[in-house]
Amino acid sequence: MRYENDLRDRAAIVGIGATEFSKDSGRSELQLALECVSAALEDAGLEHSDVDGMVTFTMDNNPAVEVNRFLGGGHLTFFSRIHYGGGAACATVQQAAMAVATGVADTVVCYRAMNERSLNRFGTGIQDMQPEPTTASAHFGWYAPYGLLTPASWVAMVARRYMVEFGATSEDFGRVTVAARRFAATNPKAYFFDKPITLDDHQRSRFIVEPLRLLDCCMESDGGVAVVVTSLERARNLRCRPVRICAAAQGATNEQQMMTGFYADDITGLPEMGLVAKQLYATAGIGPEDVQAAIIYDHFTPFVLAQLEEFGFCGRGEAKDFVKDGHIDSGGSLPINPHGGQLGEAYIHGMNGIAEAVRQLRGKAVNQVDGAEHMVVTAGTGVPTSALLLGADG
Amino acid sequence: MPANHETSAPDAIRIARPRPRPAVTRDNAFFWDGVQAGKLLIQRCRCERLRHPPGPMCPSCHSLEWTAILANGDGRIYSFVVAHHPPVPPFDYPNVIVLIELVEGVRIVSNLIGVDPVQVAVGMPVRAIFPELEAGRRFLQFELVEE
Repeated sequence: MRYENDLRDRAAIVGIGATEFSKDSGRSELQLALECVSAALEDAGLEHSDVDGMVTFTMDNNPAVEVNRFLGGGHLTFFSRIHYGGGAACATVQQAAMAVATGVADTVVCYRAMNERSLNRFGTGIQDMQPEPTTASAHFGWYAPYGLLTPASWVAMVARRYMVEFGATSEDFGRVTVAARRFAATNPKAYFFDKPITLDDHQRSRFIVEPLRLLDCCMESDGGVAVVVTSLERARNLRCRPVRICAAAQGATNEQQMMTGFYADDITGLPEMGLVAKQLYATAGIGPEDVQAAIIYDHFTPFVLAQLEEFGFCGRGEAKDFVKDGHIDSGGSLPINPHGGQLGEAYIHGMNGIAEAVRQLRGKAVNQVDGAEHMVVTAGTGVPTSALLLGADG
Repeated sequence: MPANHETSAPDAIRIARPRPRPAVTRDNAFFWDGVQAGKLLIQRCRCERLRHPPGPMCPSCHSLEWTAILANGDGRIYSFVVAHHPPVPPFDYPNVIVLIELVEGVRIVSNLIGVDPVQVAVGMPVRAIFPELEAGRRFLQFELVEE
């Protein structure tokens, strides 16, 4: 199988924009989308009318044409909506880069804007889903009659097996949240700004679905984030220091399921992310030792551990020790989620993580990692997924 | 005018929210029909590979021909969770949900009933049962058995 592709350094992220992150935005999802897209274009120094491409992913309620119509964008020659929810976050940038590299579009906006707390609570899962005789609906029929209804419950089933096979504990999961909340505490944009927690706080938080506690789960947020992608050549003449898209990839294995990877011989890994990692390293021509910081999708803490292993930042089953030894903290060998992640800043389904990587690689993040030249950014796991390898330019 | 008592619902009848129903397709109807008959059925390809969850084509030999075999219902707990929140009617909480590895070799998700959640551990032997949890409708569940 060939892992290298032709996207290396063809495109760049040139603008980022976001709304505030809250539990009740007080305005429509469409307005949130327009606010964050406008902010990203202003950051890039581009006009609304420059936009000719738009990408989002499923479970966003804002159609691209509605966003573009009210934005006063240009005529669109590229638009895409990528499947599998949060797993598609980084694939938005991949598809934007593909469009730019092929000349299909010049200025592509990737966005996510939701009132996932105040409008429709995202964490409730499929409890109100009505069965339809379709393949997608039938999939959930293997779980719903037993009460296995929520994202937390699906992740918990895999997490239990991970604990049994590798000796990981609830404390090992909790250290991921403690690290995220420590970063969030010094990020004024974070929902949990100035609210660090201790491992004891994690251990005293109630069970949601054992073995997962409340503080193993990311929050539900209202808010929006957008990024702007154009060619690297054009990027170098724009307002901000470009962030190179060194590599971008999607991955779904031939045993892939939607959140319920319960049937493979080994269920403790995230092989779809391993597939993505191979593509990123092969395309960018670098390895894990060349990455100074990472944005690791943290909807649930156990999958942060498995992702660190799939990217080769540590060995299989060793992530608990990697985290315990402080590697992921400020000053560690691989600080992760220095904005506070989705456990600490906001849960914008990976898009706020992409924005943070851009700030880091511009050298302008609130919790700046010294010497950040290359960063891995991942999307949602346990589902068909995606990731980016981004680099500072110049 | 007094209320028309003949048309008001008797207090004794409570409409409980039923368990979520599976989506029945041409690919999986045999399984759900089997549960109503008290049978745990597993799809088997012509090449003898077992598949669960079932589907129309064998990933190994690409045959569309299959039959269903009767599993004996024995297995072991491969993983499990204990659901607490959010509580969703009509489930009882804490709710023990298990991933069972059947002796035939495939895995299946179900509930483990009649057990204190703190006693549950990976590796415990279990067997399938088919209680009528709602009037006229049976459900696949598992219970612990002696080692």
